[in-house]
Amino acid sequence: MSTTDSPGGRAGTDWLAHAVLLLGVVLFALPLWIVLMGSSHDAATIGRGEVPLLPGPHAAENYAAAWGRGPTGVPVARMLWNSTVMALCVAVGKIAISILSAYAVVFFRLPGRNLVFWSIFLTLMLPVEVRIFPTFKVVSDLGLVNTYAGLIIPIIASATATLLFRQFFLTIPDEFVEAAKMDGAGPLRFFRDVVLPLSRTNMAALFVILFVYGWNQYLWPLLVATSEDVETVVIGMVKMIGSESNTDWSLVMTTCVLALLPPVLVVLLMQRWFVKGLTETEK
Amino acid sequence: MATLDLAGIRKSFGPVEVLHGVDLAVRDGEMIVIVGASGCGKSTLLRIVAGLERPSGGRVVIGGRDVTALEPAERDIAMVFQNYALYPHMTVAQNMGYGLRIRGLPRAEIARRVGEAAALLGIEALLDRRPRQLSGGQRQRVAMGRAIVREPKLFLFDEPLSNLDAKLRVQMRAEIRRLQKRLGVTSLFVTHDQVEAMTLGDRLVVMHQGHAAQVATPMEVFERPADTYVAGFIGSPAMNVLAGRLAEGGRAVALAAGPVIRFADGPRPGAEGEPLTIGIRPEHLRPDPAGLPLALELVEPLGSETVLHGRLPGGEALVVKLAGAAPREGVLPIALPPEALHVFQAGSGKRLDPAPPA
Amino acid sequence: MERKTVFEGKLLPCLLVAPQLLVTILFFFWPAGQAVWFAFLRQDAFGIRTSFVGLENFQDLFADPLYLETLRNTLVFAAGVSLIALTVALLLAVMADRQIRGAGLYRILLVWPYAIAPAVAAVLWIFLFHPQIGLLGRALNEAGLPFDYKLNGTQAMLVVILAAAWKQVSYNFIFFLAGLQSIPKSVLEAAAIDGARPAYRFWTVTFPLLSPTTFFLLVVNLVYAFFETFGVIDALTKGGPARATETLIYRAYIDGRVNLDLGMSSAQSVVLMLVVILLTAVQFRFIERRVHY
Repeated sequence: MSTTDSPGGRAGTDWLAHAVLLLGVVLFALPLWIVLMGSSHDAATIGRGEVPLLPGPHAAENYAAAWGRGPTGVPVARMLWNSTVMALCVAVGKIAISILSAYAVVFFRLPGRNLVFWSIFLTLMLPVEVRIFPTFKVVSDLGLVNTYAGLIIPIIASATATLLFRQFFLTIPDEFVEAAKMDGAGPLRFFRDVVLPLSRTNMAALFVILFVYGWNQYLWPLLVATSEDVETVVIGMVKMIGSESNTDWSLVMTTCVLALLPPVLVVLLMQRWFVKGLTETEK
Repeated sequence: MATLDLAGIRKSFGPVEVLHGVDLAVRDGEMIVIVGASGCGKSTLLRIVAGLERPSGGRVVIGGRDVTALEPAERDIAMVFQNYALYPHMTVAQNMGYGLRIRGLPRAEIARRVGEAAALLGIEALLDRRPRQLSGGQRQRVAMGRAIVREPKLFLFDEPLSNLDAKLRVQMRAEIRRLQKRLGVTSLFVTHDQVEAMTLGDRLVVMHQGHAAQVATPMEVFERPADTYVAGFIGSPAMNVLAGRLAEGGRAVALAAGPVIRFADGPRPGAEGEPLTIGIRPEHLRPDPAGLPLALELVEPLGSETVLHGRLPGGEALVVKLAGAAPREGVLPIALPPEALHVFQAGSGKRLDPAPPA
Repeated sequence: MERKTVFEGKLLPCLLVAPQLLVTILFFFWPAGQAVWFAFLRQDAFGIRTSFVGLENFQDLFADPLYLETLRNTLVFAAGVSLIALTVALLLAVMADRQIRGAGLYRILLVWPYAIAPAVAAVLWIFLFHPQIGLLGRALNEAGLPFDYKLNGTQAMLVVILAAAWKQVSYNFIFFLAGLQSIPKSVLEAAAIDGARPAYRFWTVTFPLLSPTTFFLLVVNLVYAFFETFGVIDALTKGGPARATETLIYRAYIDGRVNLDLGMSSAQSVVLMLVVILLTAVQFRFIERRVHY
């Protein structure tokens, strides 16, 4: 409670705060609402430009249609599966390799440790977008085009997460390591019994951030995942718009809802860790 | 239970040598307190005994076995850390039993030992809690318990009381002493607090700049400090030091402040006029109409006693501790009882004892 | 910074960093190095011979009026996105920082767009601004204001800026809110006791204390606008109409993918790398200075 404002003034400013925040919420929600409602109307209604703001009768058939066959022939279910695989593998894979290398950098006197650290640090600077074609060439030379591995591994190749873990590991008191040595716990045992449990919050936060990051990739999948087998839902949805004239807008809306739901749910359900992790550790 | 022998322990960090050859022989069941100001090397010495640091030279022998090259876990020791180092994600019982679990002891045996230690420390009710749910004193006890369950040959304490508030510190100090006596485990206790050192130790090691300045019982350290550093470090308020010169063929000191005082315990060796440092504890000074005039600058009444700060005519500072109340200002004549004088060489600061009778 | 106590051993730590090192070298350093190398090469018209041409690609690039226009577009776009996303987020954060009822609920309702992909955000905004089927686009046209972002370059730029900024507000909001909550209450109380009115208090105390957060977010937003908004532009305008919304990253993609001009595309990548490195360096310099306070 603010003790510095007079009661009268507080009521006044509270009203203002509510108004501004409500406006913000509405601005954020409006596009989502339109799509959500649109996905329950048939294509003709949308095509006429009526922009329905209330639910219509066609929700079930739209979702069933998209799920089963999809406007471009690839079932949206398949795209969702691909996106899920990609997002999960990016999140889990990156956490796994990052936590291991951060552990090695912090808890050992690794030969060339500074070199390793700085080279890892460099990777922070260049998003995948700026090295996209040479990366594509490497993936293509390895025969990984249109495979999950080709889709996922290059996205994992940066070190944000490593730095976060390193920062966190440096806050683990020296005495824990010393006590572990007294107790006869070796490095792997210490990792399993102490470091991993202590890193749970950080891992959860990173999971949210990386899941969203993986799910939302656009440019890289556009290049490397051209086959329907590995097409992600974000790419698939944009492809549906391709030719204006015969776009099935209600199915685009339906797919749009399906494409944004999983990452939004992950963020909302894990909101506490996510906000903490983002602000305390990112970058 | 075991003895501990340190022989010529040296330690360098890069070009800087922080321990210059420390020797120490600890008897079975003895409680040794290593005391000194920060940076004196006391923690490094403890960590070398623990095996957390490798010495640059010298040997560590526990119970007759040379452990210098062994890992901490192989030395059969236990350590209580300054910040307790309790794992926040484990319960009290898990924290205490972790070392035993690693050693592969059967579950029942671990439970038995943890239970016994908990009973000994009065923390049975806390076994299922996590460290963050405990008070400072309770954490301290758990840290002790973790050391006890291992039934080690040697306890190491690294300033374990410094995170507690003053009242709890006094209480835990007594408890640690009681427990150590009861278990009879040889112990090394590091602290920077002289009161802790005096009350806990069977013997003290006063460390100064990487050397053991004195190894002796608390009363010996207090009554016969080996040099001016030890003299100033132990005792509160600190011992007064006055400049003087050897006089009367070694039988007396001529203080810079004026008077010539005869030694009560016999003549000192040395040339006439050799510079000396004379130490005298504030509590040994007493008012005397025939004494030196002390111009009072600050008077601190502590209730049962009063501490007076003043200056002698020559400008040297002097602190006096008197029982009961005392004058608040003015000039107080002070006498220096000959039997309370400590004599040190001015250059080296070493204690200068009477020459043995010829 | 280093630990006092570490574990012994050489083999184990090497094994632990190996996966990361391998992936990073193979998919990061090698391609990044190649991007730099390609930038100095040129293929002949038939794609048979490749020759080293020094800085020619860069010279051509900066002599190309189209590229300079793309550069200008990018700056307008990035400035617009950052300004809007930061201002709106700060306003919302200041309001949400008050001790009002339902603050937690507002927070949830303002955080979720973080999870939206830029491309999905773009599709959402199609249904707002599409001249025939969009809520606002149609309304504008019916009110006699011709609006079609597929024909009018200025309108197109406005729509991509709005869509890209919309998605970024949540991220900024989270950081601004955390920044506001970390300002000690006693400082604000002291200002209040000094007699500062709330608005004055905000600009003289809160905002300066928030400046590290603002600066950090500015850099993040610029990087976002430069690179991660590819999906927004691809889904909404494909760089059109008449290149009005073509940004550097989109142009690099077109040159590499559609025009198959690897040399020019790589030269552009190198320019982009320099931009990121510059931004990051500025940011770290600033953060480092903050540490010395």
